Amino acid sequence: MSEMYELTIEQAAIALRVGAISSVELTQAVLDRLAATEPAVAAFIEPTPEVALAGAAAADARLRAGDAPLLCGIPGALKDLIATRGIQTTAGSQMLKGYRPIYDAHVTQRLIDAGYVLVGKTNLDEFAMGSSTETSSYQTTRNPFCPDCVPGGSSGGSAACVAAGSAFFSLGTDTGGSIRQPASLCGVVGMKPTYGRVSRWGVIAMASSLDQVGPFARTVKDCAAVLECLAGRDERDATSSSRAVPSYREACGRDIAGLKLGVPREYFIDGMEPAVEQSIRAAVAQLEGLGATAVEISLPHTSYALPTYYIIMPCEVSANLARFDGIRYGVPQPGETMWEAYAKTRGAGFGAEVKRRIMLGTYALSAGYHDAYYVRAQKVRTLIKQDFDQAFEQVDAIVCPASPTTAFPFGAKMDDPIQMYLSDVFTLAASLAGLPGLVVPCGFDAASKPIGLQLIAPHWREETLFQVAHAFEQSTSWSQPQNRHRLRVGQGGAQ
Amino acid sequence: MSEWLTVIGIEVHTQLLTRSKMFCSCDNNYAGDEPNTHVCPVCLGAPGMLPTVNAQALEYGIMAALALDCSVPEFSWFERKNYPYPDLVKGFQLTQYAYPIGAHGKVDLETDHGPRRIGVRRVHLEEDTAKNTHVTVAGESYSLVDCNRAGVPLMEIVTEPDARSSEEAVAYLKKLRDVLVFLGIASGKMEEGAMRLEANISVRTPAEAAAGVLRKRCEVKNLNSFENVRAALEYERERQIAAYEAGEEIQQATLGWDSAAGRTVYQRSKEEAQDYRYFPEPDLPPLRFTAADVDAVRAKLPELRPAIIARYEALGLDRYRAELLSQTRALATYFETALAGGGKVERVANLLLGDLLAQVNERQINLEETTALPAAGELGRLAQQWEAGEVTGPQVKQLLPRLFETGETVDAAKAALGIRVVGGADELLPIIEAVLAANAAAVAKVKAGEQKVMGFLVGQVMKATKGQGAPGEVNRLLAEVLARD
Repeated sequence: MSEMYELTIEQAAIALRVGAISSVELTQAVLDRLAATEPAVAAFIEPTPEVALAGAAAADARLRAGDAPLLCGIPGALKDLIATRGIQTTAGSQMLKGYRPIYDAHVTQRLIDAGYVLVGKTNLDEFAMGSSTETSSYQTTRNPFCPDCVPGGSSGGSAACVAAGSAFFSLGTDTGGSIRQPASLCGVVGMKPTYGRVSRWGVIAMASSLDQVGPFARTVKDCAAVLECLAGRDERDATSSSRAVPSYREACGRDIAGLKLGVPREYFIDGMEPAVEQSIRAAVAQLEGLGATAVEISLPHTSYALPTYYIIMPCEVSANLARFDGIRYGVPQPGETMWEAYAKTRGAGFGAEVKRRIMLGTYALSAGYHDAYYVRAQKVRTLIKQDFDQAFEQVDAIVCPASPTTAFPFGAKMDDPIQMYLSDVFTLAASLAGLPGLVVPCGFDAASKPIGLQLIAPHWREETLFQVAHAFEQSTSWSQPQNRHRLRVGQGGAQ
Repeated sequence: MSEWLTVIGIEVHTQLLTRSKMFCSCDNNYAGDEPNTHVCPVCLGAPGMLPTVNAQALEYGIMAALALDCSVPEFSWFERKNYPYPDLVKGFQLTQYAYPIGAHGKVDLETDHGPRRIGVRRVHLEEDTAKNTHVTVAGESYSLVDCNRAGVPLMEIVTEPDARSSEEAVAYLKKLRDVLVFLGIASGKMEEGAMRLEANISVRTPAEAAAGVLRKRCEVKNLNSFENVRAALEYERERQIAAYEAGEEIQQATLGWDSAAGRTVYQRSKEEAQDYRYFPEPDLPPLRFTAADVDAVRAKLPELRPAIIARYEALGLDRYRAELLSQTRALATYFETALAGGGKVERVANLLLGDLLAQVNERQINLEETTALPAAGELGRLAQQWEAGEVTGPQVKQLLPRLFETGETVDAAKAALGIRVVGGADELLPIIEAVLAANAAAVAKVKAGEQKVMGFLVGQVMKATKGQGAPGEVNRLLAEVLARD
């Protein structure tokens, strides 16, 4: 018998409905697990046990009344980039220390309406800028499978808490890979929906044309359940789509025989770890064994994704972060002039990576450089989209690695931004194209560090991702629930 | 001294009379309200907030574009104009930069020098900033930020450098203001900052003009009245000419206008101009306008002032009265409703422009609306009765104040004031005979052929009837009696 915190969402939902457990009991079990693992993992900037237990009691009442949504009474966590009314929302930055929004993000509201239980706000790279969660100005989050290594980023806290068992699910945000890369490094399922599938209202913006909210969970079907709750039109986000939201859970279990999968040759590069390549190749073979056809494809502009991303993203960052001037947010630093006060406040309130991106973007948009950088990058972005459009004329989905490496040690890439940026080399292109991507565990390296398989589908075809990932997960033994014994945290609490 | 010619371009910013703000649902009607009471997380620029475009503002933009003969693009988007300032809560302003909602338009003017055409380069939509106020409390100075204005829809209208004098500039501005106000999309209130004027000016020689050469221009900001525009442009023209004639150069610069001192004040040079790093707002999908969209707005365009004036001239009114009657849409509508109630055009127009407007001025009534005026139908009725001799001129003057105050009908007011017309031989003859008996000298003069003394006798009869004598009857009977004697 599993511990309560180890159940899947579906198992917990059934147990709650038959009265085997209450949400208060379930939540307490998760809070106990959080207390046991958090000293080692440090996934949460702020755990919210009181909010959680109050939410659980309310969920129990709703469950007793019947007709409660699937997520009612289920403990989850939110990346601290997602606004929570009355609850500190920091973006991992000193600039927003103590900031309590007067509004809930649209996704927060959706979860509240479903009766979820908030166990805490999770750590992240400052303003979601990073691939290791090391740029957080609050704490260092550790990988539950390898405490000497990073959890990935920027949604590192959200990935780590789900892997560790201190939340059934969590929300992250993905701009260039910030859900998929940490999911890969932490051995959980993570998915970035199509740009426009989930409202960004109330999610602190990094790069508005790329940002998208998505779920982490321990199984594909749990992930599908959470996305079903999040997806759909929100009038307050003009970029959100009014397309109907299908049942993603129903896609889990559909046969994949006859599906055509593309394996892009540009995604197997020098410098990727052999264990990663082997696991991905084995996963492709596994999917073929399930009846899918794998064909090699080419996405010829892949190598331009990283430089393109590192033009467009910083340009948007430079504007999005302009509002943090010390007047309403952050700790104002005095200056002789208004401009000096601005500069000092921003100098003190932002970390190095944030400042680097603001400067990159400001430079790239400046008169005389605008056309050479910003306009050119937008044109390349179109070419990258066209690569995918052409590929999807041949195949139903693309199969590739999520990250060239498994989790790396702390500090390994902090002094070399390019090396850190290369950590997202396999996720950036799909982000630029606005495509949905899902990462599902597909193996471990010799050091027992997780490896993730990335699936990419055409716009609005999240169902295909769940269909393929679920079939893969069910036919292999790489998912988090089957690999709990590999966790290196909270053993005292695990049975 | 050589002859100098003037070249002027004009920029106008106007707030739009939409129900809500440009990118959020806050109530746009904030004038006079407590600071920071018309705000929400979106217009406060709170983290994670997203804009949504006000459809009414887009429609107003298209209306203005069409009324100014602009073409409306099939494609547009908002861009971020980046600059830090405490009145700009997001650190950038959303504005239509590369794709304005209207372009290549024109405004035709009638001037003393004949017809003139001012090209309209562009009409675009953007959002207003917050308002900073600087105060000193207990020796400490503070800057206060009121975000009621932040995110209010703003439209900018930029001309080509086509105006050739301050008079033309002002004539353009007056006509533009009429267009905006008659479209019902702007208040035109410069004193409230709802309409803000800027003008750029340069001078050149006739030879340069013939060659199409422009000299450096200076832009004058913060002009909050037509008179300030005229004065600032006159001053600036003379300043530039004096500089050139003294062998100096003019540097391209932004100037302010000190209306108290009557001179322009240097603000910043072109070199200090900011780089706004425009790029398309990623939070808003591009806008697309189909021909059908534009036609639907075109079908809704109300009649503008020049058309109204032309219609009134066709009714037989002179230009001056046609302009006065159409000074606001409300007054024009009032006039037309009164006309529909009966009465001849001349009589209604004169009643309205004479006695009624005298009352309006005395009572300090704003003609943007006519709710404080007597019902238009009653005014028409009054004109009709006057025309028919059922009331007299003095009685009209007596009746109008009461109509303003009580809002009752003309007949009710007449009854209440005991107003009636003294007419017919039975009533008038005894009065006339008494007046003639009392004014024998005047009667003698009339009989000696001094016809101008006739007016005196008519006046005496009217006085004796307490102003209630029917003027036609009085004249006719008086003439009869004098001829009879």
